[in-house]
Amino acid sequence: MCTKWRVFMTALLSLSHVTKTFDNGTEAFGPVDLEVAEKDFVSLLGPSGCGKSTALRVMAGLLIPTGGAVKFPQARPEVGLVFQEPTLMPWATALGNARLPLELKGAARREAEARAQAALVRVGLAGFENAYPRELSGGMKMRVSIARALAAAPRLLLMDEPFAALDEPTRQSLNDDLLTLWREDGLTVIFVTHSVFESTYLSTRVVVMTPRPGRIAADIALESPPDRGEAYRLTPEFSAAAAKVSKALGDAHR
Amino acid sequence: MNAVLKYALPSILGIAVLAIWEYLVRHFDIPPFVLPAPSAIGGALAENFTSLMASLWTTLRVTLEAFALAVAGGVALAVLFSQSKAIENALYPYAVVLQVTPVVAIAPLILIWVGFERINLALVIIAFIVAFFPILSNTTLGIRSTDHNLIDLFRLYGASRWQILRRLQLPSALPYLLGAMKISGGLALIGAVVAEFVAGSGTASGLAWHIVEAGNRLEIAKMFAALGLLAALGIAIFSALSLLEWGLLHRWHESALKKQG
Repeated sequence: MCTKWRVFMTALLSLSHVTKTFDNGTEAFGPVDLEVAEKDFVSLLGPSGCGKSTALRVMAGLLIPTGGAVKFPQARPEVGLVFQEPTLMPWATALGNARLPLELKGAARREAEARAQAALVRVGLAGFENAYPRELSGGMKMRVSIARALAAAPRLLLMDEPFAALDEPTRQSLNDDLLTLWREDGLTVIFVTHSVFESTYLSTRVVVMTPRPGRIAADIALESPPDRGEAYRLTPEFSAAAAKVSKALGDAHR
Repeated sequence: MNAVLKYALPSILGIAVLAIWEYLVRHFDIPPFVLPAPSAIGGALAENFTSLMASLWTTLRVTLEAFALAVAGGVALAVLFSQSKAIENALYPYAVVLQVTPVVAIAPLILIWVGFERINLALVIIAFIVAFFPILSNTTLGIRSTDHNLIDLFRLYGASRWQILRRLQLPSALPYLLGAMKISGGLALIGAVVAEFVAGSGTASGLAWHIVEAGNRLEIAKMFAALGLLAALGIAIFSALSLLEWGLLHRWHESALKKQG
């Protein structure tokens, strides 16, 4: 464990000896010890099937861990969740999808409308409020999905390979927009991915996982400039960081 | 242009077939109790218009009542199944038994139980049995096909079972339900007609009764007229349900997108 995080920052989320074994006996991951500091951007990096998506669902409280404990040392924060697929309700408009969390939480209709509207504007979808998902491109659908997560004003944003199915330019522009949202809102993000470059570009910290059952193989803190943009991808610093992450991933699979 | 052709072609074909039919009957002097000419069928329709329309209304009412019950009952049971695996396991085999037993074989029993003095109720029950199963099985499938990630999302935001059902599972099942309704609408009509046949003459007064009666008297033209009305009724039911499906799905569902493309 990287003690630095414990000393200088307040942990938002802490996993101690957490394991998950499915009913059919498949060991998904664990034991995993992990503390995530507030306003951190943590990538869980590993190959498909290493249990990182399962770990994310355990953190979200959607799956009960088989062993260990998931704790929120402060109060349980508002949690947002974004999946690999946009996972929108096809019968609802962009606005209808974005205001779902607020409606389920019983917010007043006008307030829900206004906040969902604002979230759509922030992800660059002003003017598409009344569009149905099938009328939107893959990238735009993912933006609706992010707006939906933002509408409930989360402090912890859990993302499960959200951009894996998108083409490269779309993914890069969503990466940059995500970083902006993260900075502006002071979010804590846990980002599951299998891409070395994506995790290096986005994260303040990359947690590398072993193949199933996934355990933490390496925990790498990155010193990327907070206002990094397209140009950062071409710097020697970025290359060096990516090389470090890539080597850790390689070592984890030996 | 395409839209015009879509309706023009079958119309032209229909008129041509009727014309050839009329010509053949006249030319070969086919006796009317074997095959009446379209003009004779039209005559029979005009002659018996009042009684045929009364029968059409009877059959339509039985069909619609059975169909409405089938939709309400099928959806209600599917919802119950989605809430409890135990209930589904307990009841589903019996729903299947009801479905696979030929309705003609059950009909006499139902007629006896309900009684011939309440003949329309018996007809509705029989037609309901035929129409019920597609609604149940398709709606069950539709509810089960709900995106699991969306269910997770609803749970994350603290949705109740009722909210998940009403706002997520039922809308997900809607395309499946509408498809089943198009099948069940036709089945309800078939069920109503079969039930009338089983009930026999002297009790029921729907279109099937007209067909039996006319057959006994060798009034083949009248038979054809009743048959034509039955077909028209079936087409009307199917068209109405297709329109309903289009109205509810065309803005968001993939099936509508492909038609536009």
